[in-house]
Amino acid sequence: MKRNPYLKIGLTIIGLLMLITLFAPWLRSADPAQIDAAQLLMPPSSAHPFGTDQLGRDLLTRIIYGARISLSIGFIAMGIAVAVGILLGSLAGFYGRLVDTLIMRCADVMLCFPTFFLILAVVAFLEPSIFNIMAIIGLTSWMGPARLIRGEILSLKEREFIQAERALGASDARIILRHLVPNALGPVLVNATLGISAAILLETGLSFLGLGVQPPVPSWGNILIEAKSTLGVAWWIMIFPGLAILVTILGFNFIAEGLKKIIG
Amino acid sequence: MSTYIIRRLLGIIPLLFGITVVSFFIIRLAPGKPVAVEQSLNPRVSPELRLRLEKQFGLDKPLHVQYLIWMKQIVRLDFGRSYIDSRPVMEKIAERIPLTLGLNLAALVLIFLIAVPLGVRSAIKADSAFDHSVTFLSFLFFAAPTFWLALLFMQFFSIQLGWFPISGLTSLDFEYFSAWGKAGDSIRHLFLPVFVAAIGGFAGLTRYMRSNMIEALRQPYIATARAKGLPESAVLYSHALRNALLPVVTILGLSIPGLLGGSVIFESIFALPGIGRLFYEAVMTRDYPLIMAEVVITAVLTMLGNLIADISYACVDPRISYKER
Repeated sequence: MKRNPYLKIGLTIIGLLMLITLFAPWLRSADPAQIDAAQLLMPPSSAHPFGTDQLGRDLLTRIIYGARISLSIGFIAMGIAVAVGILLGSLAGFYGRLVDTLIMRCADVMLCFPTFFLILAVVAFLEPSIFNIMAIIGLTSWMGPARLIRGEILSLKEREFIQAERALGASDARIILRHLVPNALGPVLVNATLGISAAILLETGLSFLGLGVQPPVPSWGNILIEAKSTLGVAWWIMIFPGLAILVTILGFNFIAEGLKKIIG
Repeated sequence: MSTYIIRRLLGIIPLLFGITVVSFFIIRLAPGKPVAVEQSLNPRVSPELRLRLEKQFGLDKPLHVQYLIWMKQIVRLDFGRSYIDSRPVMEKIAERIPLTLGLNLAALVLIFLIAVPLGVRSAIKADSAFDHSVTFLSFLFFAAPTFWLALLFMQFFSIQLGWFPISGLTSLDFEYFSAWGKAGDSIRHLFLPVFVAAIGGFAGLTRYMRSNMIEALRQPYIATARAKGLPESAVLYSHALRNALLPVVTILGLSIPGLLGGSVIFESIFALPGIGRLFYEAVMTRDYPLIMAEVVITAVLTMLGNLIADISYACVDPRISYKER
């Protein structure tokens, strides 16, 4: 931790961000959807540190509430991906043969689809609710964690402590859950941290195209839609939400880099 | 070597099957039947015609029969007609593929030109100020969303400096330009999109190149090369760099889905008529045949890209085809 500046900076950024989202209502008293016709497109000032948008809404408030949405989508989508990945990856690694072939071929197939095309296609059929977006991103990103867990388990399962456990008569489930998965979690943790930033980038991209989080609920992606229509008029609408995304992604990537150094 | 290639070629059969199955089940996600949309767009659809449509899509038959009907059409590259203008879907996609492929190829070349020298220099001068600033920049551009970079560049280069047009493929008076004028005009329109795609993508490859090169410099054959008195430039560029460059071939293959996916966003921002924007329009208008066709085609393109990358990797590095047996 001491000689790991990446981890330190990353954890500080994400920790601060989480505190801000947690205490959002106390930090900015305004309602993120409150329209103020007298304050349209105001540049940053003391009342509105990040300025206001086309409807006179306070940009800082919208970015803080947008952080809630974007962060929760990042965490939950990655949670789903890691859960599915661990389940399928450990089954494939532990049982080998047909199970392994089937599961890993499925992963290969899923990896052929450009994620964005797959997600947009599904969104075209379902409604773009926040829950759907989490589920879709999660269910299209399990392949990385699955491959990692499988690889780790393949190298772990022949080790002596597993054989000892078998000789003691432990069930498959116990061996997988108590011994194999916990020992294989390290690389998955790095991958999952990077996965959170990937999920956030996907969400902001989707929302920017109008197919993600739907207004008036603010998300970093859909605030930037307004940046496009006010291009050259209101620089603050473009700069601040983008910086928010940039800093967040940097934070998670720094944590991943730091974890990589610890794990090896 | 040839057995490796044959094995890889056989491997695409289950992949193709899987791609079509996944795509097929996406259609089944639709809350209403696909034909329902066509009817709602066209109030004159009579009950008889509706029945005919259901027959055409085989919606009255069991699921596996529907799949077979759909497959039969796909093998003939017949993806049906667009709901919007009734043109064959394949025709609409085919006329848009060259632009997207061209853009992505240009971006890949640019990524390569930026990332390889940067990564190699960082590795040679590991832990220098140069190395640290390259690392910092890679992190920065890796974290910036492409569409935000696109907006920033549009604001700066197009609006403030006026160097490039904001969007589109050609100027309004394009028809009146000379041949050279036309070429110049297209380049001016395509410069920003290619640049943005490259800036968004160079970070990963730079990091990868750096670690490959560091790894290569640690190998015993480098010590041998130095020991026998080769000049440092020969050691670096013909011994280490060659070996560090080999795995990049596969990375280029792996970056295809990302580039194709990214083209949806920047073709929409820059208003470029490629398959990415076509897909976006199809999603917005719920043009199901077009959506399905694009999902299948981009997946197959990705698969072929990976296949070509793997096989060419095996060609340049014979160790691979032995290792994977």
